[in-house]
Amino acid sequence: MSTLVSLNNVVKRYQRGKQSVEVLHGVNLSIEQGEFLALMGPSGSGKTTLLNLIAGLDQPTEGEVTVAGERIDKMSGGKLAKWRARHIGFVFQFYNLLPVLTAARNVEVPLLLTNLSSSKRKQNVRAVLELVGLADRATHKPGELSGGQQQRVSIARALVADPTLLVCDEPTGDLDRENAEEILKLLQTLNREQGKTIIMVTHDPLAADHASRTLHVDKGRLGDTPVRSAA
Amino acid sequence: MKYFMLIWAGLWRKKTRTVLTMLSIVVAFLLFGLLQGINQGIKAGLGDTGNNRLWTTARMSAVSSMPAALMVRMQTVKGVRTIAHLSFFGGYFQDAKNALPAFATNVDKLAVVYPELNITPAQIAAMQTTRPGALIGRPLAKKYGWKIGDKIPVGTTIWTNNDGSNNWAFDIVGIFDPTPQFERSPLGSAFWINYAYWDEARKFDNHRVHQFIVQVDNPAQAAVISSAIDKMSENSPDETRTQTENAALQSQLKQLADINFIANSIVGAVMFTLLFLTANTMMQSVRERIPELAVLKTLGFSGGTVSTLVLVESLMLCLFAAAVGLVLSAGAMKAVGSVLGPTRLPGIVIAAGLVIAVALAIISGLPPAFRAQRLNIVDALAGR
Repeated sequence: MSTLVSLNNVVKRYQRGKQSVEVLHGVNLSIEQGEFLALMGPSGSGKTTLLNLIAGLDQPTEGEVTVAGERIDKMSGGKLAKWRARHIGFVFQFYNLLPVLTAARNVEVPLLLTNLSSSKRKQNVRAVLELVGLADRATHKPGELSGGQQQRVSIARALVADPTLLVCDEPTGDLDRENAEEILKLLQTLNREQGKTIIMVTHDPLAADHASRTLHVDKGRLGDTPVRSAA
Repeated sequence: MKYFMLIWAGLWRKKTRTVLTMLSIVVAFLLFGLLQGINQGIKAGLGDTGNNRLWTTARMSAVSSMPAALMVRMQTVKGVRTIAHLSFFGGYFQDAKNALPAFATNVDKLAVVYPELNITPAQIAAMQTTRPGALIGRPLAKKYGWKIGDKIPVGTTIWTNNDGSNNWAFDIVGIFDPTPQFERSPLGSAFWINYAYWDEARKFDNHRVHQFIVQVDNPAQAAVISSAIDKMSENSPDETRTQTENAALQSQLKQLADINFIANSIVGAVMFTLLFLTANTMMQSVRERIPELAVLKTLGFSGGTVSTLVLVESLMLCLFAAAVGLVLSAGAMKAVGSVLGPTRLPGIVIAAGLVIAVALAIISGLPPAFRAQRLNIVDALAGR
């Protein structure tokens, strides 16, 4: 396996009013291609900040972030946006679907940034909605879907452009146990059968059980060794 | 084009607000089209008439009379081709409410200086053989159902005849068909009577007229000829004021109201208010969609693309509503124009309206577009 994500001595400071708050203190991390990594930790520990840096949503104050062979810590805004479109699929805790678009249209949005024709886009959308088991809900708007179904649409949207890395921020945080379990199984299948590299932030130890590796983030530092490693 | 679904979705996210904003823009541009259309139409109408005609009136007031003999001297001014004169008879038919646009004139010359009235040689001859004859415009004939041969009793509160009575009677000897442009003008629907007959028959103010219409050879010489005519009566009790027909009509309109100023003021105030309304709507719309815009940026949309989406949304809103407003104003012009003059919305007004709509869209769309471009994804997703 090759290294897909590499963080080298990453520091992140935020300016909150007159105060400078250091959220990450010299984090080093390496994630292999095809891994399903769970990042756990209490609120405010810096796990979402770490996820944002890996996904290219934010940039470190110090240190190097290399993803899919590219240094993204110094990329300009426009270049980083293009890079995200090519490499990152993002799943949010609260789904963040566009409420006035149907499920199919929501899934199609990332494909608008590609050169695919309209018919090819629709074909890809259909395929990915089938993959998440929602082909029959393609014309439904988010308000007409359950939380679990909305999260499946969100995963379909993250997958449709075939990204290098799937980044999930508390993907089961807003779901009941049954729906959460279905989403986690779906992520596990995507990792095992499609070889997708997944990084998931979660509070939930049961969710972390589905990952192949779990790391703890605490007060802006990663544990020296993974607390557990599952097959 | 592929982004159209995102723009459309943004536009209709809050249907009621979008519809109400559109209605405001529609009403504003309806008003704009109507006022500027009438304003431009009147200007264009004035521009088309009287390029080679000068109006000479008494300097003191346009309703004061001047010696008719002035005409002979005016005719000697170099560049003057033909002179007609007219005097206000006024009067009414049967009831004082039915005011008549009646004028006394020398019809043979009137037909020359106003070819737009289409007075035929036969009608001139008929007027000359029937001294109490009257020549009327087709619109007036239609209004009262008059025909050639009818004797029309005309009352007046001003002109007493030699019998001491205020009752006059005229025989209709001809009905002329003015050009469409002149159909709605007072001259085109006038009740023309013979000056010579009327002047003999009236009890006072004899041998005097209210206005000369001077046809010149070269419109470029209008200023020189006007000055030469006015010089003839300088320092006399009957000083004159000569100006081009256009200038005279415009100054008459200004006495009624400065339509240009009124139209521009109203439209300016409406557009200024509309700018705030549209800008507020766009700001509010973008503010509500901050998390959605942050999601788009997360998915890989650049700041430039997101801000362009917002700007195009503003353009669509303003241009569509403005176009509807202008179409409605074109329809309204047809209905109202028959009363006020012009019936077609001039192309310049449509073009100006669309330019204003684009400017409105850009000015009101730029601040939220700039905000969308600068949006920090992490802060926006965290609701900060």
